[in-house]
Amino acid sequence: MSQRRKLTKWLVVLVFLHCIVAGAGFFAPYDPVEQDRERPYLPPMRVHLMDAQNHLHLRPFFYSLRLRTGSFDQYEEDTATIVPLKFFEHGVVYHLLGFAPAHLHLFGASGARIYLLGSDAYGRDQLSRILYGGQVSLLAGLLGAGITLFLGALVGMAAGYYGGWRDELLMRVAELFLALPWLYLLFALRAFLPLAVSPLEAFLLVVVVIGMVGWARPARLVRGVVLSVKERDFVRAARGFGASDIYLLRRHILPETASVLLTQAAILVPQFVLAEMTLSFLGLGVPEPMSSWGSLLASLQQYSVLVSYWWMYLPALAIVPFFLGYLGLASALQHRTSLYKIEEQGGWNLS
Amino acid sequence: MRYLLRRALHAVFLLFGASLLTFLFSALTPGNYFDEMRLNPQISPETVAALHAQYQLDRPLPVRYAHWLNAVAHGELGFSFAYNSPVAPLLWVRARNTLLLTVTATLLAWFIALPLGVWSAARFGRAPDRVLSWTTATLLVVPDLVLALGLLILAVRTGWFPTGGLVSVGFDELSPFHKLRDLASHMTLPVAALVLATLPMLVRHVRASVAEVLDAPYLRAARSHGIPRRKLLYGYALRAAANPLISLFGFSVGALLSGSLLVEVVMSWPGLGPLLLESILARDLYVVIGGVLLSMIFLVAGNLFADVLLYWADPRIRTVASPK
Repeated sequence: MSQRRKLTKWLVVLVFLHCIVAGAGFFAPYDPVEQDRERPYLPPMRVHLMDAQNHLHLRPFFYSLRLRTGSFDQYEEDTATIVPLKFFEHGVVYHLLGFAPAHLHLFGASGARIYLLGSDAYGRDQLSRILYGGQVSLLAGLLGAGITLFLGALVGMAAGYYGGWRDELLMRVAELFLALPWLYLLFALRAFLPLAVSPLEAFLLVVVVIGMVGWARPARLVRGVVLSVKERDFVRAARGFGASDIYLLRRHILPETASVLLTQAAILVPQFVLAEMTLSFLGLGVPEPMSSWGSLLASLQQYSVLVSYWWMYLPALAIVPFFLGYLGLASALQHRTSLYKIEEQGGWNLS
Repeated sequence: MRYLLRRALHAVFLLFGASLLTFLFSALTPGNYFDEMRLNPQISPETVAALHAQYQLDRPLPVRYAHWLNAVAHGELGFSFAYNSPVAPLLWVRARNTLLLTVTATLLAWFIALPLGVWSAARFGRAPDRVLSWTTATLLVVPDLVLALGLLILAVRTGWFPTGGLVSVGFDELSPFHKLRDLASHMTLPVAALVLATLPMLVRHVRASVAEVLDAPYLRAARSHGIPRRKLLYGYALRAAANPLISLFGFSVGALLSGSLLVEVVMSWPGLGPLLLESILARDLYVVIGGVLLSMIFLVAGNLFADVLLYWADPRIRTVASPK
């Protein structure tokens, strides 16, 4: 029972995290591609409650930053004017979930732009870019996992159900894919696809490449389940009644593989998000001005950024809670499946 | 011996399959290295066609594959367009650096993981074990890219370690001892990233398999015979738990190879990773194929080593293999 609670807990955590990213437009104060060339590499602003004269303010506020005199990249707080932080502000128009236009933002400020997590080389708001970038990375991971599971289930069912030389052939190829170091495989696949493409095409390309790499493990697991299920009495009975192969696979065998596929999904999604990040980090993924968690980190490859602008590292930390959520979900699911398996095997032995 | 022979055959099959697979992928490529020359009005179409013919890019795929296999048999691995030289010497220099990194990281990770895992399993469920479990779980959540970049920022801001490169400027003039120290200080950061990325998984597996064995009746019997605790843990339990761990060793080699690819690029270590990335961007076909194949050779070598270890450690395999 507590295992079930654990599963629910992790699911709630994950849904919450995904909602934040899906509603990026609301949580982000600005448009992710909107530039402010006057303020490159602005450090994260501090939100105050006490002003310079030690007066307490009830509404949180911040001081806008100005260049320190005689410097070109050192900023200091301009304590003359207080800019209050406002919640549920109207601001830039965005499309919630890609279609519903809205202009309500969680927070904002009138008079000056607020950079809670600093700005990048073009003065774009890091927080907005991280939130919008999460949409790209997570979507790539989810779609990639979908493709992989589809391929894996297809191959696994074909191999397990039909057996014989088809099984041999498919499993040998799966072994090959399992043996290759996955990053090398990803590179090799990406190497032989076009490089200069539009952002949307690049995104789809990345999704397909990621989806093609990992099908071997789910395929083997599904095959194992199918091998045992196809000899079970209810499947034999259905076959005796004259059910076709397709009907048997769809109606009786596919549902039995669901728990394996779900567990694999929880394991694969974070891996694929990371794969997208790696590709984009290396410049093989989604190009500018689109942001993804990987391409946001790409500027860290320059030594000067690494030395001076530590807040450019913050996008890397964004994925840690997601990883935690998926890891928890995977272990809860795995536990459930193994319990289920034990019970099932016990029952089978008795009869 | 039949077992080892079968594993070796399997390895050869894997290598052959990998080469075929990468070649098939390469056939899907739109365009090649010489395409940009077509845009250049000073280079005539005939020249481009001649270059194609010279590198046999105009021949059908099976012919190219056969030709390439022949070159591999002579130890050449094809020809790099960008470097205008055979691929093999180009790759070997880089592969040496990658191996240096991966082998060190593998050994270090296992030398830390084994005692730590056994130590944790011996205290299964108690406070030290819980603390360690939480630590490894936390580390498990931090992916290698994040870890490598974080270490890099730490190094840059503290200045404790050199960031990037294999050796310092003026390496050749140093004494042997200082040479070693210089190399070690350059290796610290990438090796640390690789070890930290693989360690949690290894520790958790060692802990799980040793803890499982510790409950077995024969170990309880051994304990009641008064066999010292240390010998019990490392002589009996670890050996009995070795089978899944050795399989994990083969797997960890693959994970470390993938990890080092990324870490090398992030920390600008002159290994296979940066070369591979460069040649992907330049469409330098044979370097990519060669690099992937070389990584496969390392992986297969690691797996074969694991098989030999298994043969040595697990008597069951020998008895199954011997009857003929």
